[in-house]
Amino acid sequence: MDDTKRYERLLNRYRDRDINRRTFLTALGAAGVVAGVTGGPMGMLARKAMAATPEQVRFDGWGGVVSEAFEKYAFAPYTKKTGIEVVSGTFGGADEYIARVKASQPGEFNLAHLSGVFDYARYHGLELTSELNEDNIPNLKNVIPTLVEPLRKITGGTISAVPYDYGTTGIAYNRKYISDDEAKAKGAKLMVDEAYKGKIGGWGEWKTRIWYGAMQSDQDPNNIQDIEAVWDMVRAHRDLALKYWSSGAELMSLLAEEEIYVTEGWSGRIKALQDQGHDIGYLDPAGGLGWQECLFVLRGSPMAACEELLNFMLEPEVAIAVAEGQSYPPALDPQKIELGEVIPTLPAFDPSGTLSSLSFFDPAYWNENEADWSKTFSRVQRGY
Amino acid sequence: MAADVAGARRTPWVLLSPSLATISLLLIVPMLFIVVYSFWLRTATGADQVGFYLDNWIEVLGDRFYRDILFQTLLIAFYTTVICAFVGYIPAYFVANTRMKSKAFLLLLLMLPFWISYIIRTMSWINILGTSGALNTLLISIGIIDDPIQMLYNQQTVVLGLVHYLLPFMILNVYVSLDGIDKNLTEAAQSLGCTGFQAFREVTLPLSMPGLAAGSLLCFVLAAGTYITPIVLGGPRDAMFANLVFEAIVTQLNWPLGSALSLVLLALLGALVVIYTRYLGIDQIAKSFK
Repeated sequence: MDDTKRYERLLNRYRDRDINRRTFLTALGAAGVVAGVTGGPMGMLARKAMAATPEQVRFDGWGGVVSEAFEKYAFAPYTKKTGIEVVSGTFGGADEYIARVKASQPGEFNLAHLSGVFDYARYHGLELTSELNEDNIPNLKNVIPTLVEPLRKITGGTISAVPYDYGTTGIAYNRKYISDDEAKAKGAKLMVDEAYKGKIGGWGEWKTRIWYGAMQSDQDPNNIQDIEAVWDMVRAHRDLALKYWSSGAELMSLLAEEEIYVTEGWSGRIKALQDQGHDIGYLDPAGGLGWQECLFVLRGSPMAACEELLNFMLEPEVAIAVAEGQSYPPALDPQKIELGEVIPTLPAFDPSGTLSSLSFFDPAYWNENEADWSKTFSRVQRGY
Repeated sequence: MAADVAGARRTPWVLLSPSLATISLLLIVPMLFIVVYSFWLRTATGADQVGFYLDNWIEVLGDRFYRDILFQTLLIAFYTTVICAFVGYIPAYFVANTRMKSKAFLLLLLMLPFWISYIIRTMSWINILGTSGALNTLLISIGIIDDPIQMLYNQQTVVLGLVHYLLPFMILNVYVSLDGIDKNLTEAAQSLGCTGFQAFREVTLPLSMPGLAAGSLLCFVLAAGTYITPIVLGGPRDAMFANLVFEAIVTQLNWPLGSALSLVLLALLGALVVIYTRYLGIDQIAKSFK
């Protein structure tokens, strides 16, 4: 007899007045304490609860306008139709979230708005992927195929997430001090230009630093031949940089306050700065770094409920509203879906829907080197 | 008779059992998990390999990188503590010796910073010392400088942020110590010919040393364990040991290495507390929280 049955039998006995309220609560409390201390039984109970038709599913994202758009356009109509409540949570970064998921029980977290292919591979490596039934997500056919294929490649033909939006990490510069022509001529090397010492910034994330280090040393970031040359460029940038930023808000603040004149930046955040009236230029250099974000369903989640929610979130009305909110183009194929007037004006938007001008992290290559490079970057950052 | 004695012996343990159980569950058991974790390994996929491996410990104890960052951390904590001691003694002395009726209000003011998030307090320095911050704006407006001075994102601002965070701890500890000194002692010293400064140097300062030491221990331990301040106010190179723990656990998803690193820091700071307790007694710190 499992824990659920035990609980149901206990409840029936109480309802039939076989036991009084005090005895019922005492037995329930004792079971809770035992389960809480031992962990496992409570976890099993949680999994069973999630596996059945759930009363709620949990969604975690970046918060702010994105969550507001999800709430208004996807969660509310979804709850109205299915009766399933969407419990919305937020996280500050992909690394923080994966650490939380790793420490959780299967089923505790369900859906998340995650960074694209590289993190998808990390979750797969940790055996946290699920298998979506694509028949339950008819809107998936409207998604740019170039964004879906890398996910299929990692999980052997099936997918555990649907692509949702994409963007670039390009070079952002203050036009008061750096002209468009200079930025175009120097490209990625603008960020290791001695002339701007103390006015250069950079994202303190090892992948981006190495990617730009490869570009600055004229190498293919997905096939680095001379890693020492890359580290030298990372060191050069480190010595010229004022600050490694760690969030989009910090990036915007550093540029807006003119603490720094040049940094790499996320296309949507730079667009937000431009919309606020700051004269910030944005350049995707040749071989510019593209990325996608996806809606990921974690192992142990109630699949049918999650698939239905994904379909809601891929409705053009929802995806476009979210895209406009965060200034990143949606993953919907512009050749199939009319995306309105705002989306085509967003940076990184590709009207062809092929994304052929962008380069993405090769997940196999970068995951293979992750342990070594992330640790080495930690040292290089501190002066080694 | 024997049963009574056994019962009497058991009573304190029975009374203590809720506290002991809580401490065991919330402190000792998690700590043991961390110890066990430190002997596991991180696989290439990020999953943990269960077993008994010394690799993490060999790396942490044998690698100069970790020693250097640890040394840098202790140095920053030392600077912070010394500055807190010098800067904190004066307001503590003032509050302890003031004849103002609003002494309670002054103490309340000391507690006021704790009502605001530590992160917000740390970030406030960006608005003060930034290129377009209050200080640069003031200096430019009164004509002292023409262009803004770059004051942020270096080790000095990290120390400044830590002093801002930890100063109330120092002031409170020193205040408690000063407040407990019998005022007749300084008056007696002065009546025997001491000047005011001599009375302070020969009587007040030595008697307030336990409070100063307790405040220093708190400031040092808290400063050495912080990681937010270097992230917010430090430059690319500025890191403290706790940042390495954070990176190992969150960025690299290497919980076993992060566990070993955190145990090293814990052991070092624990040793400091043990030494302090051996010579000065831990009860001095507890007084400031009463």
